[in-house]
Formats: sequence, structure tokens, C-alpha cells
Amino acid sequence: MIDEKFDAIVVGAGPSGNAAALVMAREGLNVLQIERGEYSGSKNVQGAILYADALEQIIPDFREDAPLERHVIEQRMWTMDDRSHTGMHYRSDDFNEDKPNRYTILRAQFDKWFSAKVREAGALLLCETTVTELVRDLKGKVIGVQTDRQGAPIMADIVVLAEGVNGLVGQRSGLREEVSPDSVALAVKEMHFLPREVVEARFNLKGNEGVVIEAMGTITKGMTGTGFLYTNEESISVGIGCIVSDMTESEVTPYELLDAFKKHPSIRPLLEGSECKEYAAHLIPEGGYNAIPKLHGDGWLVVGDAGQFVNAVHREGSNLAMTTGRLAAETVIELHRKREEMSEANLKRYLARLEDTFVMKDLKKYKGIPALLHGNKGNFFGTYPQLISQAMQTWFRVDGVDKKSKEKAIMKNFRETRTLRGMLGDAFKLARAWR
Amino acid sequence: MNEMTTIQTAKVEEKLYQNRYLVDAGRPHIRVKPHEVPSAGLLAMIHLCPAGCYSVAESGQVELAADGCLECGTCRIVTKGTGEIEWNYPRGGFGVLYKFG
Ligand SMILES: Cc1cc2nc3c(=O)[nH]c(=O)nc-3n(C[C@H](O)[C@H](O)[C@H](O)COP(=O)(O)OP(=O)(O)OC[C@H]3O[C@@H](n4cnc5c(N)ncnc54)[C@H](O)[C@@H]3O)c2cc1C
Ligand code: SF4
Repeated sequence: MIDEKFDAIVVGAGPSGNAAALVMAREGLNVLQIERGEYSGSKNVQGAILYADALEQIIPDFREDAPLERHVIEQRMWTMDDRSHTGMHYRSDDFNEDKPNRYTILRAQFDKWFSAKVREAGALLLCETTVTELVRDLKGKVIGVQTDRQGAPIMADIVVLAEGVNGLVGQRSGLREEVSPDSVALAVKEMHFLPREVVEARFNLKGNEGVVIEAMGTITKGMTGTGFLYTNEESISVGIGCIVSDMTESEVTPYELLDAFKKHPSIRPLLEGSECKEYAAHLIPEGGYNAIPKLHGDGWLVVGDAGQFVNAVHREGSNLAMTTGRLAAETVIELHRKREEMSEANLKRYLARLEDTFVMKDLKKYKGIPALLHGNKGNFFGTYPQLISQAMQTWFRVDGVDKKSKEKAIMKNFRETRTLRGMLGDAFKLARAWR
Repeated sequence: MNEMTTIQTAKVEEKLYQNRYLVDAGRPHIRVKPHEVPSAGLLAMIHLCPAGCYSVAESGQVELAADGCLECGTCRIVTKGTGEIEWNYPRGGFGVLYKFG
């Protein structure tokens, strides 16, 4: 039993909780972190691309010992129909820099490493322990947590909820609504192992260079979603995710979607001969700015996926998680130093800090995108990918038809399938949502 | 029909076989409450659950075997309106253990 009172309790040891706990502990706060898994990372799933900047702000020399797989030098964006992909690739030797900007990682290993840093900074970590509820005083202020271990509640001045997308503690304590099926995606993912040389030859890589592929189109069978394939040192992460409400209406299972993606003629050769060693599933909050719940109150703050901090358009989540964790920690440190109360009014400074960063700026910029894609999913994830593929094929196939007639045929196909007005409308809506 | 439009039925058991679990024997963390007729959401879990934990009995009720559960929370979110299932995380330390994540 723990009867000491902490300056802060952090619920969860993913990137948001690890960032928050580390920053607070390093500044001398007495921090307890509680994680339900056997170790930090044992419950966590990601693609996974790590964006260096957010981590660098917390651990500047992370490159020295963090378990990084490959630094990303090439990004492939694919629009797919059933038999083809149309790609936009960007590869640059500039990404072979001293301090690369993006890396592929394996979350179970990365989180474990991050967690060791948190403990080195002086935080106490309690694993294999699930927080079951928040403890409040008579005025409703959060003053601690109850766990599934026997014993009295554990007390603290502030509870930072870094509990991830399901956010059971916050929901059951009435801090926020349950997430809705149309604002989360269900993603399934497999880990495919191949010898290092095979990965490098197949993707045209040297040393620790890496390639990532993001794909959309008929692979999601008309549902709002995307597929991905990332190169790791000796493995490939491959996965696909769709909005849960779309999947509810369809008949297809998530693993059938994944298997079909893996069998796609553009993907299959990349995985040829590999051995699958893990199958994982996880939700991704994709509701964007409009889905952000209340983030602070008397004695509590919310960070990371629990606060819906994911930029689905750019597939960024872990960096928003680390940044929100750090900003929450900085807010708490400031109040702690000034001996000010962890009240709702004082904790509002966390929101002000958030507004100043890319986190809120980006989420605001794209606030119209989730509804737009979802409302037009048949077009964006079915009709357009097919039309694009047909246009490409008409254009590239040399068959005696003159180019002018080919142009006409392409335009006619677009117009007949989607009407000029429909296309202009979609372009307009997309441009407006993108602003 | 070409190969891509007919999706072969994948065996989810084979996928789950790759994973590590620590099963809390006799203490399932998710329970389907007794019901006469399942809601559309609960029925959808039969295809929606990424671990294939849900099935329908001959009598029409939805059943659950949570051993292979990946703890994604999808079934919890889909049935939140009807309250047909009782969902908790496994006890600390139990459940799926990702080696790679
Ligand atoms: C398939 C997939 C691909 C992704 N790809 C990318 C990508 O390439 N790049 C990127 O930046 N982001 C990506 N994301 C998003 C990213 O994974 C998340 O945004 C990020 O993990 C959020 O971090 P977090 O700390 O808030 O939550 P989590 O990582 O989910 O951590 C929450 C932690 O809290 C613990 N916990 C929960 N409840 C309790 C409780 N009651 N008691 C104790 N412990 C508890 C959990 O066990 C877990 O360790 C991806 C997500 C998925 C699912
Ligand atoms: S939590 Fe996910 S894996 Fe587990 S039973 Fe529910 S839907 Fe299936």
C-alpha cells in the first residue's frame, strides 16, 4: 500500500504519460505513474512513425540510445483501386541528415526505453495496475485515484489522465462523454519479418534508410480509412484502419480487409516470403478539433489520445501526445513552484499553452476534414481512386488512339461517373476544409 | 470476378496464435449481458471484432469468448447506447502482451 501523497499522479505510460511524468520528475516533483500493462508499451500499438521534433524537446539526445528502426527518406502516397496504384513519391537525400526528422519505431520497445528515462528522472512507476476511478473531495475536486490493487486510494495534488483513446477513467468519472463510433477508427496491423538485406533491396535502401507508404482507395471498400506499410530494420509493419461506424454498417471483418490489402498486386511483392509474428488492433481518435473533450478541471488534466489529439490527415498522434504531455507538465510545474492551487481556473493555463503550438493550430486547420471525408466516403474512397486509375491507364497505354481522343475519353469518364457539378463541389469543399 | 473483389475468409485464430497473452482464467474482462434479441450494434460485433471474439448462438443471442481479445475497445464503443455489454480492462498485468506493438 502506498500512503504517501504525491505531487502528481500520471495515469498511463504511453508517449503522453511518459512525457508528462518525465518533465515533472526532472523538475523535482514527486511523481507516481500507473500503467495497467506488464511494462510501458505492452498494450500499445502504433504504425509507427516517430516525429523527432516533439521528442527532442523532451530528450534532446534521444538518438544516442533510443530504439529507432530506420530514418524515413522516402514517403509514398498511393491512391489505389483493386489492381493498381497511382503514386506520389518523395525521396530526398536531404533526409539523410545528422539529426533525421522521422523514424520508424516499434512501440513496445520504444515505450520501454522512454519509461526507463522516466524512472531515471525520479518518477515512481507502478505497472500491472489499472486505475479504476478518480477520488474526489466533497467539493468535487479530484484528489487521487483508486486502483484495482487492494488498498486505500492514492492521493496527489493533480491527476494527469494519459490513458489513451478508450479513456475509461475520465469517462466513468463523468469528465467527458464516451467517444462516438464515427470519430474513431479501428486499425489492425501485422508485423512481417524479413532479413535486413531483403528489406533494403526491396525498397532500394542503404543502411538505416527507410520508406513509408500511406494508401487510400478501394482498399477500404468504400469506408473512410487508410492503409499503411512502413519499413523497419528487419521487418515491415502493415496495417489498415477504417472509421468504426462505417465498419459497423459493412459486412467485412477487419482481418479480411487487412488480408485483401496484403494481397493487393502492389503490396504482395513487398511482403513476399515474410514471416508474420504479431497481429494487433487499436483504436485511433480521428474526430479532430470538434471531438476534443474538456481537458482540465479541479485537480485534473487530460493529455494525448484521451484528449483526441490526433491529426488524422497527416497521421500524427504520438508527437501530439508527447507535446500535450509536456505542456501539461509545464503547467503543473509552474503552479507547483508558485504554490498555487491546482484549480480549474489555474489549470486553464494549459489550454493557453496548447493554443500557441502546432497541436491546436493544425487541429483547427483541419477541423472540417473528418466530416467532409465521412460524408463523401463513396467518392473519396471509391469513385475517385477508380477514375484516377482509369485515367492513368488510358493515358499510358499506347494503342493507336490519338492523345486528343484520350483526353476526351478521360474527361467524359469523370463527368459521367461523378458529374461536373459533383466534382466541382467536392473540389470546393475539400479546398475549404483544407484552408 | 477477379481475386481482389472476392476476399478470402481469413482465419483470425491463426493470426491470434502469433500473439502473447496472459489469460486471467475464469475472470473474463468483458461480458455480454443476458438478452433476448441482440441490437444491430451487438450483432455487428460478429464481423467487427478484430479478434473474432463474438459469435451468434443458434437461439439468436450473441456470445463472447474473450480469450483472444486485443483490448481495442470497439465493442464497448459500438454498444455504448444499448449497454448490452459490461467492459473492463483485464486486471493489471493480464490480457494481451504486445512484443512489437
Ligand atoms: C495503427 C496505428 C498507427 C498509428 N500510427 C502513428 C504514426 O505513425 N505516428 C504517430 O505519431 N502516431 C500514430 N498513431 C497514433 C499514436 O499511436 C497515438 O496518438 C499515441 O500512442 C497516443 O499516446 P497516448 O500516450 O496518449 O496513448 P497510448 O499510447 O494509448 O497510452 C495509454 C497508456 O495508458 C495505459 N492505460 C490506459 N488506461 C489505464 C488505466 N485505467 N490504468 C492504468 N493504465 C492505463 C495504457 O495501457 C497505455 O500504456 C497510430 C495509432 C495506431 C493505432
Ligand atoms: S475489445 Fe476489441 S478485441 Fe476485445 S472483444 Fe471488444 S472488439 Fe473484440
